Amino acid sequence: MILVFCELQNGKIRKASLEALSEARRLAGEARVGALFVGASCAGAEDAAKFGADLILKAEAPVLGAYSSDLFATVVADAVKARGASVLLGAATPMGKDLLPRVAAKLGAGYAAEVTGLSMHGNKLQALRPVYAAKAFATVDFSSEVQIASTRPNVFAVTECSKAGTAEALPAPTADFKAIVKEILAKSGGKQDLTEAEVIVSGGRGMKEGANFQLLEDLAEAIGGVVGASRAAVDAGWGIPHNMQVGQTGKVVSPTLYIACGISGAIQHVAGMSGSKVIVAINKDPEAPIFKLANYGIVGDLFEVVPELTKAAKALGITK
Amino acid sequence: MKILVALKQVPDTETKIKVGAEGRSLDPADVKWITSPYDEYALEEGLRLKESKGAEVTAVSVGPEKAKDVLRNALALGADAAVLLKSNETGDPLAVAKTLAIFAEGKGFDLLLFGNKGFGADNGAVGAMVAELLGLAQANLVTKLELEEGRFRAEREGDGGTEVVEGSLPAVITAQRGLNEPRYAGLKGIMAAKKKTIEELEGTAVAATLTVSALTLPPTRPEGRKLDGDAAAQASALLGLLRDEAKVL
Repeated sequence: MILVFCELQNGKIRKASLEALSEARRLAGEARVGALFVGASCAGAEDAAKFGADLILKAEAPVLGAYSSDLFATVVADAVKARGASVLLGAATPMGKDLLPRVAAKLGAGYAAEVTGLSMHGNKLQALRPVYAAKAFATVDFSSEVQIASTRPNVFAVTECSKAGTAEALPAPTADFKAIVKEILAKSGGKQDLTEAEVIVSGGRGMKEGANFQLLEDLAEAIGGVVGASRAAVDAGWGIPHNMQVGQTGKVVSPTLYIACGISGAIQHVAGMSGSKVIVAINKDPEAPIFKLANYGIVGDLFEVVPELTKAAKALGITK
Repeated sequence: MKILVALKQVPDTETKIKVGAEGRSLDPADVKWITSPYDEYALEEGLRLKESKGAEVTAVSVGPEKAKDVLRNALALGADAAVLLKSNETGDPLAVAKTLAIFAEGKGFDLLLFGNKGFGADNGAVGAMVAELLGLAQANLVTKLELEEGRFRAEREGDGGTEVVEGSLPAVITAQRGLNEPRYAGLKGIMAAKKKTIEELEGTAVAATLTVSALTLPPTRPEGRKLDGDAAAQASALLGLLRDEAKVL
């Protein structure tokens, strides 16, 4: 059996979780797939049946309303043991990346992070994963009994596949934890995380100052994207926070569309975005290395081109 | 207070990656080796706690003989002791975590600091695994850390904002950029470090749970097309192509 740790957001299964679930269904073949939910409320979990879950496991308890690495790890590891699952998948979201290594250590299981490809050979899992900030890819063979991988968002397809989705409640855990999330400060206002965004509009040194990022916000809003930045822009002291940084020392992203504005294409930045499906570069320097990577290049002044793009996108009524 | 800081030696982040002849690992020729950048924040935090609250800082690394450079640097920056757990790279984060946990067990560390991930392997797993193996609290991707009376309060980059994690000590904390600004080693520190000993221990052999069977380079992207005309013409041509040719809008 393959278990998938799934996350709910506002009563809906997170897209990155659906990707992991769809991939689990594909890998399992005739074997069973279980979707595992953990929280104060698991309302919305039933939808997992539409994406291939034979079984929907719900760990529902008030104490699970706030995230605790160690408590959640206990709940997930217990479910893996109780069901005799040989594979556990989850999306490489902030929670997934925090939780799954801990579960792996609990179970003595091999763990591969942010995989971009998976296959089963008999009962052994093989994973492909980016290393050196996606400048290379490693093929990883598991030898442990339980095998755990986190899937990189936006890489695996979401595929509908109706299954029974029999719901089962898991025993409530004891409220015994060593650390817990007490509060959330500086909420990002429901903005999508860069690693899960399908469209990213990014700015670099060519933006000249922080206030000019408004131009990118406008374009992102018009085409349904999220704004990112290069390290040069973050380090320039323009007030661009580090959590917006795309690159080797920031976030590694793989959107369907990446629009690089005023970004030269330093190796440090490229490492973070070269996995994008389609890349657009807007730069006034025709020799900028970013053009070597871009599917579509515009040699021009971003302060003219970006507003034109926003205007045209609005006129066409394009929204992702 | 006793603090353990785990450091990993990694290729410089600007390294052009070449695959070795056996096809499974990085070709080490021409590679410049550095301390993994996130580990520098971990070490700096340990040193700041030593200065503000008084602590004994031990730097540890799992790796080959040459990883002693990273430990020598930690001593130059102000670590009190340095230990090399000799081991060959396997690509298995759990094996590294077990080696570290076996070393740390029973030594009374109040705080175990890690980078949030080691550059290169990019697993972001060892800190959390050590926390589990030792039965400790964890907070990952931490940008602010406060300690008091056997407890910690950490701000971390979480989902949809900054999360505040509170827990009991001893704990594992993994550092994110923003936690602090790492110092540089001064001449005095470098000279003093030369006189200090780096303890070398054979890392406990642990069974690997996974192995890297191949390392490959990503396919190069074909060169794209440049769009002509003035800004308005370029903008409208681009949107057309994104919608009709690339089908991404």
